[in-house]
Amino acid sequence: MTATNPTLNPAGGASAPPAGVRPARRRTSSRAAERRRKWYEIIGLTTPAVIVYVMFVLVPMGFAVYYSLFRWRGVGPPTEFVGFDNYVLAFEDPIFLDALRNNAIIVVGSLLIQGPVALAVALLLNRRFRGRTLFRLLVFVPYVLAEVTVGIMWKLILTDGGTLDALMRSLGLGGMVQAWLADLDVVIWTLLFVLTWKYVGFAIILLLAGLSNVPHELTEAASIDGASWWQIQRHITLPLLGPTIRIWMFLSMIGSLQVFDVIWVTSVPAVRSLGASATMATYMVDNGFFARLWGYGNAVAVILFVISFVAALLFQRFFLRRDIEGAITTRRVK
Amino acid sequence: MTVAANGVLPRPSRRRPPVTWGNPLTYGLALAVAAVSIAPVVYVIVGGFRTTPQIVADPAGLPDPWVFDNYARVLTQSDFWGQAFNSAVIALGTTLGVVVLGVCAAFVLARYTFRGREALYTFFTLGLLFPAGAAILPLYLMLRDLNLINSYYAVMLPQIAFALPLTIVILRPFLAAIPRELEDAAAIDGTGRLGFLWLIVLPLSRPALVTVGILAFVASWNAFLLPLLVLGDVSLHTLPLGVQNFSSQYTSDTAGILAFTSLAMLPALLFFTFAEKQIVGGLQGAVKG
Repeated sequence: MTATNPTLNPAGGASAPPAGVRPARRRTSSRAAERRRKWYEIIGLTTPAVIVYVMFVLVPMGFAVYYSLFRWRGVGPPTEFVGFDNYVLAFEDPIFLDALRNNAIIVVGSLLIQGPVALAVALLLNRRFRGRTLFRLLVFVPYVLAEVTVGIMWKLILTDGGTLDALMRSLGLGGMVQAWLADLDVVIWTLLFVLTWKYVGFAIILLLAGLSNVPHELTEAASIDGASWWQIQRHITLPLLGPTIRIWMFLSMIGSLQVFDVIWVTSVPAVRSLGASATMATYMVDNGFFARLWGYGNAVAVILFVISFVAALLFQRFFLRRDIEGAITTRRVK
Repeated sequence: MTVAANGVLPRPSRRRPPVTWGNPLTYGLALAVAAVSIAPVVYVIVGGFRTTPQIVADPAGLPDPWVFDNYARVLTQSDFWGQAFNSAVIALGTTLGVVVLGVCAAFVLARYTFRGREALYTFFTLGLLFPAGAAILPLYLMLRDLNLINSYYAVMLPQIAFALPLTIVILRPFLAAIPRELEDAAAIDGTGRLGFLWLIVLPLSRPALVTVGILAFVASWNAFLLPLLVLGDVSLHTLPLGVQNFSSQYTSDTAGILAFTSLAMLPALLFFTFAEKQIVGGLQGAVKG
């Protein structure tokens, strides 16, 4: 990117168009040259983004479909064509089915728990009171921390005989202590709790952003008309928050379907390999990358992709159309 | 949640009500929420000042006496600084790439009229539906075939690619909103469209650029799965990998793990404290679409 006219002073940029500089106006010889130039600019400016995007986002998924049709250990080109066997294998593996179930628990659990909690906290922190900024900052902390940090932190707290157990015993709740991360029936709920703790802040940020878009005049007018705080939230704020809530649901769902980091770091590999704490993504990495079953791993990748894609399209079709119209859909449907 | 209906209602008589002290219930609830959010974090940081025997004897106690040895040990003897350096290089490279590529593409999509523009935009937004996690195995194979494994590029390029759709979605409306008159004025002064981009659009859109830059930076700084697969070389490890390795290598050194974990989360916390407005503002823009 270079300025076409070197005599312009870059410092004059921001608010006012540079004045006082009057170079000879560059005249293109013909309209055709002008058009050609426009196309050069369009192509020149978009090509780098298109190349990187196609190469690292689209092409890999294409390769995944191809690799998934082979039994392949990742050495040399794939040769042993097996058709859809890898897909059949996946759906016959009880561990993979466990992973699917766990993903479903995380998707639904996240929506049902985080949604109401985040809404309540966002409404609370949207009230004007002294110290609000500090409280907001503190509530966002879990969301900013790296997933790995969060995972290790909770692993130390939840480990057998760890901090939580000691705390519960000292409060006389020793009888309720569980093997939080080792009990095959408990671990997925423990992980759901950790995920909720980590990601509810994101929902709160989004909802607060949505709340700040609610015109002050509306709530003010309602309160003049004698509406209570609850009535205002129920009949003005919530309906206006609809688009934000739906976008959050969409992002939360897609994130839950591919959740990897927190699960991988927090859960014990032995428990994961039994399926109790596996998700589709951990199952895919365990089998594809670490067990070097590349064809099989890629089949799982395609399944994960298709599930996410279909879920996204369905959600978009039924909930999101009005909200991000023009962003993902091409045409404005009115 | 129960909140008393009186108290904090805006006074009808003024346009913007003054910031007041909330009622005790508001503070009680806010304090409870804040405590749940940061108690584990405080525990980790404080725990780093204890010794492992102290922690084993009483997992939920306070430091007695406070020891600084764990933090000193992590800062002097571990690979902490090298990993922080790697994280910084990768995150900065990713941010730069995302912002430059994103702003160029978004500029064309916002300010040029040409056949196929909406198709190109849809093509980019399609990427929002492609989960980065699902593509990780073929991505690894491709990077391996390109001989990029064990290089910064192996992390940066895919991160840039996956951040582009959201960047373009955020930037395009922002760039489109710059008044047409400015572009005309620039044209009258003899500035071409590229000059307009460089001299007027970039300075004007700095808030939006900062936002997408911060989002890309934080995502890259925290990334785990991609570096885990493509950075086998220990000397290239980023902080998240370092934390994970440290905790699985020195399982018995609980105090050390706590100290390492605290130090690893410090940059993110500081960064967020300073950039909170931008992050929230950016998401706000994204919500508006």
